[in-house]
This record gives sequence, C-alpha cells and structure tokens, in this order.
Amino acid sequence: MTSNAFIAFQTNDVTRSIVEAIVEDNPGAIVVEQPAMVKIDVPDRLVIRRTSVEEKLGRDFDLQELQLHLITISGHLDETDDEFTLSWNS
Amino acid sequence: MDMKTSKKLGLKERYTMMTRDLAWDTTYQPMDKVFPQVGYEGIKIHDWDKWEDPFRLTMDAYWKYQAEKERKLYAILDAFNQNNGHLSVTDGRYINVLKLFLGSTPPLELMAARGFSMVGRQMVGAGPRVACQMQAVDEYRHFQTQIHSISNYNKFYNGMDEFAHQQSRMWYLSDGKSFFDDAITAGPFEFMVAIGFAFEYVLTNILFVPFISGAAYNGDMAAMTVGFSAQSDEARHMTLGLECIKFMLEQDPDNLAIVQRWIDKWTWRGTRKLASVGMMMDYMLPKRIMSFKEAWEIYFEQNGAALFTDLARYGVTIPKCFAQTVEEKEHVTHQSWLGFYMKPESTPFHTWIPGPDELDWLSEKYPNTFDKYYRPMYEYLDAQEKAGNRFNNKTQPMNCQVCVNTIKYNEPGDPMEMCFRETVYQGEKFHFCSGHCQEIFEDEPEKYIQTYISSHQALQGNCAPEGVDTHAPDFNPGSHIADYWRLDPRATGDFNGSEDQKNFAAWRDLATKN
Ligand SMILES: [Fe+2]
Ligand SMILES: [Fe+2]
Ligand SMILES: [Zn+2]
Repeated sequence: MTSNAFIAFQTNDVTRSIVEAIVEDNPGAIVVEQPAMVKIDVPDRLVIRRTSVEEKLGRDFDLQELQLHLITISGHLDETDDEFTLSWNS
Repeated sequence: MDMKTSKKLGLKERYTMMTRDLAWDTTYQPMDKVFPQVGYEGIKIHDWDKWEDPFRLTMDAYWKYQAEKERKLYAILDAFNQNNGHLSVTDGRYINVLKLFLGSTPPLELMAARGFSMVGRQMVGAGPRVACQMQAVDEYRHFQTQIHSISNYNKFYNGMDEFAHQQSRMWYLSDGKSFFDDAITAGPFEFMVAIGFAFEYVLTNILFVPFISGAAYNGDMAAMTVGFSAQSDEARHMTLGLECIKFMLEQDPDNLAIVQRWIDKWTWRGTRKLASVGMMMDYMLPKRIMSFKEAWEIYFEQNGAALFTDLARYGVTIPKCFAQTVEEKEHVTHQSWLGFYMKPESTPFHTWIPGPDELDWLSEKYPNTFDKYYRPMYEYLDAQEKAGNRFNNKTQPMNCQVCVNTIKYNEPGDPMEMCFRETVYQGEKFHFCSGHCQEIFEDEPEKYIQTYISSHQALQGNCAPEGVDTHAPDFNPGSHIADYWRLDPRATGDFNGSEDQKNFAAWRDLATKN
C-alpha cells in the first residue's frame, strides 16, 4: 500500500519558491491550496533539495530555515545539509 | 587578502558535538538512581545512543529560529490590533470560538510544558533530553502567545477574563484537563505516547491546521498567526513522539505489547477530545473551508493509516477504536453542539441554531446522517426558541469517569440509542461514555476512581461559595455553581440578543460609516 508523505507551509514569499522546488523535484506531487496555507502530498517519499530551493529563491538557503514556515509534516524525517526527506515504508 | 576559512561542520557532526558530546554518565551516583523513572513502566532500553533527533536541531539554532518566529508573530499581532482587526472577522458569532479555545487550549499547553520538563529530566539519553527541553519551551511559548493574541478581544467582548479560574472547575473543560492529568501522572514513556503521538499527531493536526486555516478564512489574522506559529513547532513535536515509539519498538521486542496498549488507549482519548474541536469547525466558524469529517479523513484516517502501515513491521496493529472513530466522525460534532446549545447558562460563550444556509452546508457535508438525525432536532429547537421557549437544561451533566466527556454519544451501530457503560469497582458504580473508556478504566481502576468530575463535586456540595450551608435541606447545587465558576452572566445564553451581538454590530457600523 502506498502512503502519502506530506508537508504544509504558511503561504508567503519564501514558501512560494520552496513549493516550486518541491514540485520540480518530486514527480507526482499534489499541491492543495487552502486559506493561508499550502499542502503538498507525494506518494511514499517527499524530498526538498537545498540547491533547488536556492535556485528558485536566488539566494543561499539553510534547510533549517524551513522551521520558520512549516505547519505540519507526515512521514519519517531525515535531514542533512542538502536534503530534507520525508518517507513512509522505506 | 586571502582569508583562510575553516570548513563548516556538517549538520550531523554539529548535532553530535552540541548534544551527545556535552552529556556525561554520572559517577558519584549510579545512573539508575539519577534516572529512576525510566524502568517502572516495563519499557526496556539497551542503548540510548541509538536515539537520534531527525531534525538535528542544536540549541543555538533553536534559539535563533524561535526568536525569528516570535518577531514575525508579534509584528502581525500588533498590526492586527492597531487596525481594529477584531471588527474584520466574518461575524460576531466567530468570537465565541476564541472563548472556547482560550479556556480549553492554553491551559493544556502549560500542562504540556510542565510534562515535558518532567519527562526531559527523566530521559537518560541526551538526544531525547534536549528534544524534550525544546518542546517544554515551545509549549510555554504556545501558552503565552495564545493568551496574548486573545487578550485584545478581551477588551471588547464578554466571557474571557476568568478562563484560568474556570479551567480546572468547569464541566466542559474537564475532558482536556483529564487528558493531561492522566498523561502527566503516567510514566515518562507513556507520557511521550500520550502527548507526542496522540495529542500532537492526531489532535494538533486538526486543531492547528484546518481549524486555523478556517480562522484565517474568517478574517482572524491573530488566531492564524498564533496557530500556525505554534504548529511550526508541532511538526518537531510529532517527530519526537514518532521517534520515541520507533525507539521503544526497536530497543526490545518485549516493548511491543506495552506500546500497543498505549496506542490503543491514547488514540481513543485523543478522539474523544477532538469532538469539541470538530464542533468548532462545523458549527462555530461562520465561513467554513472543510468539515470535521473531511479533516478526520485526511489527518487521521489517511495519515494515521500511513503511520500504522509503516509501524506494522514492528508488529504494531491499528488502534482498536479505529472502526468506531470512522463511524462516529459523522455524528460527534452534531451531538456536541446540541449538547452545548442545550446548556445556555453553563458556558462563558454563546450558542445558536445554525442559519438556513449553514444547515444546508451540514446536510451536504454529512449526507448520511445530518438530515436523518440532526436537522429535525435543530428545526424543532428553532421553532421552540421562536415561540419564546428556548431550551435550557439546568441539570448537572453525567460524565464519563475516564474521558470526562458528557455522556451523549450514540451506541455503535445505532444512532438512536445513547451509549452507556458501567462498572462496579469496590462496591461503587462508575459510568462511561463508551466500551473503550470502560476498558481503560478496568486496566487501571485505582487511577481513574480519582478523576475530578465537576458535576460530582457540585452534587457533593464542594462547589458552593463560602458561607453557603451545603447541608441545608433546600440546598440546590445548581443555584451556586455559576458563582463558583465566576461565570459572567453577560457571556451566557443565546448569541441572539447578547451584548456581544449588539456591540459587534454597532462597532462594525462605526468602522464602515462616517
Ligand atoms: Fe503546543
Ligand atoms: Fe506540541
Ligand atoms: Zn469516555
């Protein structure tokens, strides 16, 4: 059975770029916009790559900055300097 | 000029150096005397170093990001208040959801802060100890910011100023109180399952995500910023709860049976606590984005199933109550609002009959149950109210000995029958809202016979102001209970005709006209 890993952010200027990066790096990503927030679901595994976010933002980005915009997550988390990964059943 | 920079440490090394490497084993006293509570629940841990916080958040980074969150939050709060934001919410009824939130949530955040301070002290590993310490600080922050954000409303509307006094006394706040009292008096590992898993993973995902998005939709920027700011910490809290469950299961196969019992118990307790949160979404937000049923499907059925499917590799099975919660999602919010509507003199917030378009929305969102069971009741109560006979139940509620909800839910499989269970323990009869609560009681009766139930206290004469003779033959607990609760009469009763209703309309008029 596949489960969705997901992440939700407050909508703002920074997360607009983060969401764009997630959509490009995760084929099958489903983006749902709700008042003041945005939620992205990906089957099994969702990855956020630092370099992709930096490219969209046009500046350096520390993945720990995600802490400022996060609303919720689903999946086991693994975080390194380069990738923030949420996954089920791996 | 050439500057030589030393290579920055990676996240993993930084985390290891700043947490685990700063810890030590005690030598003046043996470790098991320093950490006496980690063994008595029966959980076996062989290697605390196997625990790693997946966020790899170090204390210095923690302070940096939390400070940034606070700056953003207070900038928005100030702007909202300076701009008379309270008049931009959809309609005056909305403010009642904040009154319910204020009584029920910040006090529980404070209990979470206390709980994580205690549990953090008990954890042998530096990883969980630091994570618990951060969570304790976070929860204290939630407690404070929630009160700050609502304090501006308190300048204008009734019923908010005595929330701290009411928290441990009022009937409808007892479910949340008992949830945390139960968790905080358990051992450290059970506390982690109760709060880290059931409260964070099941409850806050609904309270702080769709409900807060709904607050934003209703124009309440203050609740939105506070709710989302809190929930940005909850992502870390859920991760801690999940790590703790995985850690226990990986450390020893004997832990499975204990952990499974806690998952069964606390999923049910979380579900019962959610009935009133669901009611806030379905009935108290004038503009709605999603029904409780839809939220439950996304955040519990799908998200919970993802978790339990994943944990199946350790032998964990889905919680026993799962099927019952799926059945109840179509009923509990309606039963809860009816329950509150029927007690207009017993809450510091107003209730009302949903308007015609709201009844239609409920019919659409609850096609299997609303028109069949609940719409006829609302239409009847509405007709009675219009005839000058608004329903007013002045009796003490009957509460479940475990979850302390008012006994008001239906028998599984039979929506027309009230669910009711009882157990005799040491010659005394105890009452329950459900088979699941009864089972929790029978597992630990010595614990639950001590539950504080405000209606029992009132009937025993313990809730009367000083000087009242509770042994007098004509003593009536109901006539003193409002004083005992410090209930502001202006805050009670139906929204229609209330002072809040008049003031909101008048002030909004001033705000939009010359
Ligand atoms: Fe919290
Ligand atoms: Fe929390
Ligand atoms: Zn119960």
